[in-house]
Amino acid sequence: MIAPNALPRVLHEASGRPLTLAQHEEAFATSTRSGGLLEELDASGLTGRGGAAFPTARKAKLIRDQRSHNKFMVVNAMEGEPASHKDRTLLTANPHLVLDGAEFLASIIGAKNIAVCVSRDNPAAVNHLKRAIHERERRSLRGPKLELHTPPWRYVAGEESALVHWLDDNESLPQYRPLRPHILRIGHGPVLVDNAETCAHVGLIGRYGADWFRSLGTEANPGSTLVSVSGAVERPTVVEVALGTPLRSILQAAGAVTDPQAVLLGGYGGTWFDGARIDAPYANATLQPLGATIGAGIIVVLPRNACGIVETQRIAKWMANESARQCGPCAFGLPAITEDLWHLTQNSRDNQAAYQRLVERCGVIEGRGACRHPDGVVRLVRTALEVFASDVENHLRGAHCAASRSAQHYASVPSLEREEELVWE
Amino acid sequence: MSVNPILCDGFGHCGELAPDLVHMDEWGYPIITTVPVPLSNLAALESARYAVRGCPRQALRIDRVPDPA
Repeated sequence: MIAPNALPRVLHEASGRPLTLAQHEEAFATSTRSGGLLEELDASGLTGRGGAAFPTARKAKLIRDQRSHNKFMVVNAMEGEPASHKDRTLLTANPHLVLDGAEFLASIIGAKNIAVCVSRDNPAAVNHLKRAIHERERRSLRGPKLELHTPPWRYVAGEESALVHWLDDNESLPQYRPLRPHILRIGHGPVLVDNAETCAHVGLIGRYGADWFRSLGTEANPGSTLVSVSGAVERPTVVEVALGTPLRSILQAAGAVTDPQAVLLGGYGGTWFDGARIDAPYANATLQPLGATIGAGIIVVLPRNACGIVETQRIAKWMANESARQCGPCAFGLPAITEDLWHLTQNSRDNQAAYQRLVERCGVIEGRGACRHPDGVVRLVRTALEVFASDVENHLRGAHCAASRSAQHYASVPSLEREEELVWE
Repeated sequence: MSVNPILCDGFGHCGELAPDLVHMDEWGYPIITTVPVPLSNLAALESARYAVRGCPRQALRIDRVPDPA
């Protein structure tokens, strides 16, 4: 039993090796409640931890209300964001908690199959899950069937419609979903997709209840969440924090520099956030009025001696390459704004024109893709131009900022050589 | 009108057939006006229908929006 106000929760008893089923059951009480599970989830106010923060109970209810014998529960452990390490950390610590939550959700919706999806480029996580699933199968043959799936890793492969499309048709392509709510399907069967961390929280709520869950966090954003901190930190870290903790304390706990120039919140399609505002509480209700969200629990810390525009250009270049290339505005627009950003970092005479083009193109690209990938990059660029306005001015005047010549970069971007290796299946 | 951006391949027929409703961006893809057009505007409705029928990928659709008035 975990004390109500204690942290960590989903990372309870985490060590270098995953807990076995027996250890897991000892660390967490084995009592499960099967009745009233959806009501507990609803009362808990749990929202998705994959980035969209959609109320988990509402999503489950929508699928539960569909009539079908072939429903699927999908656990999304793809972790497409390069700056995110929380899901792999969770799977290394306690895969059984994630699987418990998946089984609870499957029982709520009436699914006979659970598809656990983790990228094949993460062999450690694949192994931990294989072993955990095997342990459960040896234990009992009742309950929904657990299957491990390993799509190839790409940024968009973790997007929920792309993941379901891969399960259905073997290609990680995001789908066009103009009418909401839109039910994703594998064959004819409706699908509930939830992030691995969300499933872990469900696993705890199913044991300890909604009141326990709400004993941490804020009224509007209850519970705890995993945060991946990278950039100007001693080492990339994953911490579990109560929602509403000041951003400054999270950075401190993770060993980041105390006076960052800015932080990137949410993910590579997220928002830059000025370093002067890091006393803000880390929760969507408080960050949204400031123009940011928690997103996938990602924080990239940018120190004073770095150039935000150079970092943004590197991220945008990689994100442009990660486009699924299905929609013109994204496939052509993202490389175009990447080039404009590059001009901005150089001392070229085309600077001013590039800046104008950049602003115009952001307006043209936004909202015209099937998924939110181009919108994320536009958001990244627009907030960069705002937060790093003085750097932009320097670059436009033709003055190099000291950082733009340095080799050190803070946003880790996988090398683009992979574009030949990675083949769209 | 709305376009399915995955099906759209940037042929540009819609821009030719309904120039008052659709403009092409610099890469040849349609930017469709989001301002609702009243059904009484028969010329616009006709041009929209031509555009929907003329799209080689059948990517366009006419959306009916309730009258805000």
